[in-house]
Amino acid sequence: MNGARAIVKALEKEGVTHIFGYPGATIAPLYDMLAHSKKIKHVLVRHEQHAGHAASGFARISGKPGVCMVTSGPGAVNLLTALATAYADSIPLVAITGQVHSSLLGRDVFQEADTTGAAEPFTKYSYLVKDTAALPRIVKEAFQIASTGRPGPVLIDIPVDVQLAEAAFEFPAKAPVRGYGVPGKAPAAQLTKFLSVLKGAESPLVCAGGGIFSSHAEKVFTRFVEKTNIPVVTTLMGIGALPTAHPLNMGQVGMHGKSTANDAISEADVLILMGARVSDRAVLLPDKVKRKTKIVHIDIDPAEIGKNLDTSLSIVGNLADVLRQLLERKLPVADDAWAARLTRMKKARATDYTDRARAVNPKAFVNYLSKKIPADYIYCADVGQNQLWSAGNIKLPEGARFLTTGGMGTMGYAIPCAIGARIAAPDRFTVAVCGDGSFQMSLMELATLKQHEVDIKIVVMVNGKLGLVREIQTDSYADNQIAVDLSGSPDPVAIAAAYGIPAEHVRNKEEAFAAIKKLARVKGPYLLAVTVEETESTLAGA
Amino acid sequence: MRHIISALVENRAGVLSRISGLFARRGFNIDSLAVGETDDPKISRITIIVNGDEHIADQVTKQLNKLIDVLKVKSLTHIETTRRELVLIKVKADEKQRGEIIDIARIMDCDIVDASHSTLMLEFVNRPERVDLLIDLLRKYKILEIARTGMVALQKGPDAI
Repeated sequence: MNGARAIVKALEKEGVTHIFGYPGATIAPLYDMLAHSKKIKHVLVRHEQHAGHAASGFARISGKPGVCMVTSGPGAVNLLTALATAYADSIPLVAITGQVHSSLLGRDVFQEADTTGAAEPFTKYSYLVKDTAALPRIVKEAFQIASTGRPGPVLIDIPVDVQLAEAAFEFPAKAPVRGYGVPGKAPAAQLTKFLSVLKGAESPLVCAGGGIFSSHAEKVFTRFVEKTNIPVVTTLMGIGALPTAHPLNMGQVGMHGKSTANDAISEADVLILMGARVSDRAVLLPDKVKRKTKIVHIDIDPAEIGKNLDTSLSIVGNLADVLRQLLERKLPVADDAWAARLTRMKKARATDYTDRARAVNPKAFVNYLSKKIPADYIYCADVGQNQLWSAGNIKLPEGARFLTTGGMGTMGYAIPCAIGARIAAPDRFTVAVCGDGSFQMSLMELATLKQHEVDIKIVVMVNGKLGLVREIQTDSYADNQIAVDLSGSPDPVAIAAAYGIPAEHVRNKEEAFAAIKKLARVKGPYLLAVTVEETESTLAGA
Repeated sequence: MRHIISALVENRAGVLSRISGLFARRGFNIDSLAVGETDDPKISRITIIVNGDEHIADQVTKQLNKLIDVLKVKSLTHIETTRRELVLIKVKADEKQRGEIIDIARIMDCDIVDASHSTLMLEFVNRPERVDLLIDLLRKYKILEIARTGMVALQKGPDAI
């Protein structure tokens, strides 16, 4: 069979059900063969970047690598942003790109770009395939590399002639990759050391990151903290590691986090980082962490340990495995007084949910929205003020998910992410929350969700500004506002109408809360525009 | 401080670019990088000299280890090693200077591998400090061009990477 058929067959064998993509000349053979697949559905997006983001949403909900496929040159280069976004958040993707005829490589022919070269910093691994016979094995390897260890995007760049050439199809049952190891359990001696550190702790604290989700450790994580009675703070990527209302959850840390969570970090005598990479936005270090604080870092990626923060003890392993190992041992229980003190602190610092005169309080909006929609919801937050209002005020019940781009902060992520997430879980209520800036970076995808009948709800917070940049200009540049005014933006309701999507614009609390109730029960896509004050800030509060 | 990091890598297209790209991206300063095939033609050995503190050396090792094409990494900084570098130096040598340069070559025990009416080419294999010394001695004369291979090193004794 030809290479294109071999790829489709290999993808089917890997259990792929959906590919998010955009066709073009150099990927035409693969599309030609994909048309005959009964197992794989193709979702045509309206911009290659969103093929990657949709695959990311799909991956984060399905737990399997998301697959995206685009053509060479501009198609591949448009995809790079999504690869960088997935790489920064450790999301497993397999990206397939067409490439020009292999005899023309390096001659700068039409739609030729050095895709593997350009993607190198943003991919866990990449292949420029020269041999058709190698394709099935490469697909096998790519899925294995993308989904194991610290997950990430893997790129397969395939010249058009390699897709067309004939070769025997040999799909290996296993494809061990020399030089690629996957950490699993932690050495017992490290765990013993950890427990002795924990035993002496007066105010231990867990900081949970996105690694909780990457290793599917939610349940075992909850068991661990409940058994040890250790309070938890989370990074942006770790939101939802514990339900918001869990008595041990002290909220999100960092520049845009809760003051209680940040104070907890300063006061902890043992700080246990779990699947968190301690980015500059997450932990204001080293000033916030006392020098005498003992830091224990548990991560699957040895390179993250000690990268941004000196650690007293490092444990390399798969978080879910490590937590299971710990639960088999006798665990010390932290004094209740410490968690109680943090809880009192949290309760004394109330968030501002007061009404606004001629607009909606976005914090109150997010809070109410997250309480009214079905409890197993998927909430995709975009980037900017909307993201911080969402992160700070969402109430996540057990089983709900909060998806956002924490590392790269890519505007326009929420809508395609929600499309992918909903396709992965067609029964789960899915909402994308954007600002009017990020909405305009992804509004072409309204056609995608319409075409493929993807039932997602969209919230657009309208303040006529690039609000977070405006806030930076106000706070750090003497309110010298430049290039943040979004005058000329279209009416989101009219835009939705043009795509045949019902929509509504709300401008005060009563309208907003009524619309949320409607949003929660309406069938099919729905867009809600919410007027927010220009001067609204993102300070997170308690 | 200078760190010596030795790695075994897949001998295939794009690997060197991955490694050098990693160094550039993460802001590591490489003093030298030497690559060559091993006894197994599918595996190359690279020797990297990087300048920086222990934290940098630790990150270089860990980030290299993360690359799938990198099979093994070992820091040789604090291990007894045999270290060698090869240098070719073309130096201006007219009749007056020729004798002095030949004397230097004799003292340093290096070979004269090419000569013209106005130049001599010296070949020298030694520890990098000795190579530096030779270059320093020749600075008095006009050095026309230099090619250094970068250092290679192997751990002494029976242990291998």
